[in-house]
Amino acid sequence: MDALTTPFLTGTAIGAILFLAALGLTLTFGQMGVINMANGEFLMAGAYATYLTQQVISSTGLSILVAIPVAFLIAGLLGLLLEVSIIQWMYRRPLDTLLVTVGVSMVLQQLARDVFGAQGDPVRPPSWMRGSIDVFGYHWPHRQLFTIVLAVTALAALTALLKRSAFGRRIRATVQNRDLAETMGVSTRSVDRLTFFLGSGLAGVGGVAIALISGTNPTLGATYIIPAFLVVVAGGVGQLKGTVIAAWTVGVVTAFLTDWTSGSMAQVLTFAAVVVFLQIRPQGLFTVRTRGLA
Amino acid sequence: MSITTSDAPEVHGAEPAAPEAALSPKRSFRSDLVRTYGPLLGIGVLALLLLVWAPGSLSPFRLGNLGKYCCWALAAVGIGLAWGRGGMLVMGQGVFFGLGGYAMAMHMKLEAAGPGKVPDFMQLYGNGTMPSWWEPFRSGPFTLFAIIALPAVVSFVLGYAILKRRVKGAYFAILTQALAVAFSTLLIATIKQTGGFNGLNTFTKFFGQNLYDPAVKKNIYMIAAGLLIVCLVIVWQLYRSRYGELLVATRDAEERIRFLGYDPANIKLAAFVVAAIMASIGGAMFVPIAGIISPSNVDATASIMLIAGVALGGRASLLGPAVGAIVVGYGQTTLSEQFPTQWIYFQGGLFIVVLLFLPFGITSLLPKLKELASRRRITGESAA
Repeated sequence: MDALTTPFLTGTAIGAILFLAALGLTLTFGQMGVINMANGEFLMAGAYATYLTQQVISSTGLSILVAIPVAFLIAGLLGLLLEVSIIQWMYRRPLDTLLVTVGVSMVLQQLARDVFGAQGDPVRPPSWMRGSIDVFGYHWPHRQLFTIVLAVTALAALTALLKRSAFGRRIRATVQNRDLAETMGVSTRSVDRLTFFLGSGLAGVGGVAIALISGTNPTLGATYIIPAFLVVVAGGVGQLKGTVIAAWTVGVVTAFLTDWTSGSMAQVLTFAAVVVFLQIRPQGLFTVRTRGLA
Repeated sequence: MSITTSDAPEVHGAEPAAPEAALSPKRSFRSDLVRTYGPLLGIGVLALLLLVWAPGSLSPFRLGNLGKYCCWALAAVGIGLAWGRGGMLVMGQGVFFGLGGYAMAMHMKLEAAGPGKVPDFMQLYGNGTMPSWWEPFRSGPFTLFAIIALPAVVSFVLGYAILKRRVKGAYFAILTQALAVAFSTLLIATIKQTGGFNGLNTFTKFFGQNLYDPAVKKNIYMIAAGLLIVCLVIVWQLYRSRYGELLVATRDAEERIRFLGYDPANIKLAAFVVAAIMASIGGAMFVPIAGIISPSNVDATASIMLIAGVALGGRASLLGPAVGAIVVGYGQTTLSEQFPTQWIYFQGGLFIVVLLFLPFGITSLLPKLKELASRRRITGESAA
């Protein structure tokens, strides 16, 4: 039983982090066609925000709860800054945006290295997060459970926002038909900015979870960006449910493969699995139906 | 929602003939000649610089560095073909660079070990037995064959799987980058077979020649620079052929090409395979010049470095990628000597500035300068 439950539960936690990392990507990609390679660095910003909050507020329990909105704000504002300063000038060139954000991610990584040092800083988990619960003989750490709770909360909040609020309605309208939305009086430019803020902020929240599990590190974002992209590609762009399923699947499959082979082999095999999957569904799990050719 | 590569169509070469050129047939013949053979002149100048000027006036150390840049330029020429003309942003060329590099390094490692012997690191990390797939690399001709065939097969299989399913644009770019990450992770993990993080190094011979002999070193440089020139001529020929036209047309309007009865996947696949082979040749020549190949030469970061040169030089132009790669290589050596950490800011800033303000690189400035010059001449004449 243990051989199945351990990778399954760990994988679910990995999937939760991947989901938080992929949310921002899929939102901006789906809506604006922008590939933000600096999204991984927003995870990193969230992790460092957690670390800094802990320096200010010594109570670990309180600091984590404060860190979540702080990380959301810091990462979100970074994203907004990126949109306003660079990305808005190149909306018609998706591949160039991809490369520009690669440049931005290099700069941010080096900045973190210069400010915080190349060594990672530890983040102390609060006492109620140190224990574990017993699931079929596996001691499942509370930290992983917390990650999943965080992801599920983010998903619920985002779904509510998209389906119920006026802002969500404008986002959906822009995704489905930008020109028509504009003729109906939606300011797609400000919708774009807010989406960028939201997506980057959610990555920051993911950073809080990562900080609790593995501490902070300048290269932390770089390790998550590619798996997060594979999740977006496999799940279908701009699709919330596709992202959920793909993140969870990639997380669990990676955990199982790591268990059976090794960490690096698992990475290679996951990549191969995504390429094979694209043979069956080139547009990902779910797609927006269009009559376009591409 | 559609995901298409909507790169702006290339400006130079496609511009309509100037009115005076249409009036005078002699002028138009001459401008045709310049348009067709002008690039060849550029290759000639580069050949003179790399093959005559550099070996005569650079110190052996600097020449070795230039040789490394030439190897990166070889890969960059391929990226120019795939990305600049084919619209496929290949972010994992390090993989093919690595396939060629590791094939060459395995051969040189076996040559250094001597016939029937096992490379030193296998005794260090493993139990001194050699995996059987190393054995064919004892043979020089097989190694040369593998340097071409390995990347061709890998890129064909991968390109076929991705392109035939019409996966393109950003999807394609991300998949190639994921490939680079997977490749370097695999290399680091297989320390007993590939030397792991340290890679393969400490060679002594290059096809029977003593690697420490300055004359041999110079010859190896000449081979690398010569191969770069050969590849440039091949790409020049490709660009002016029917195939080159088709490739650009596929980049700009894939659906129209499909409606004309071509399969865009085949057209792009050919460019992808050629680019992979060029990267592999670059990697193979990199090994005797640099004396090492390690995962850090072939991972995602190294692949991005190659793209930096292409973007700077001008992705769609013939000489831009090669010159850009040499300039970026030189910049990296000099700047990282003086400011080790700030180099990354330069590199990141380079991407941002070039793509924001000069998406078609430095070479796209040339037609503008020419236009400016001719305008000045006209106003000067009218004033007189």
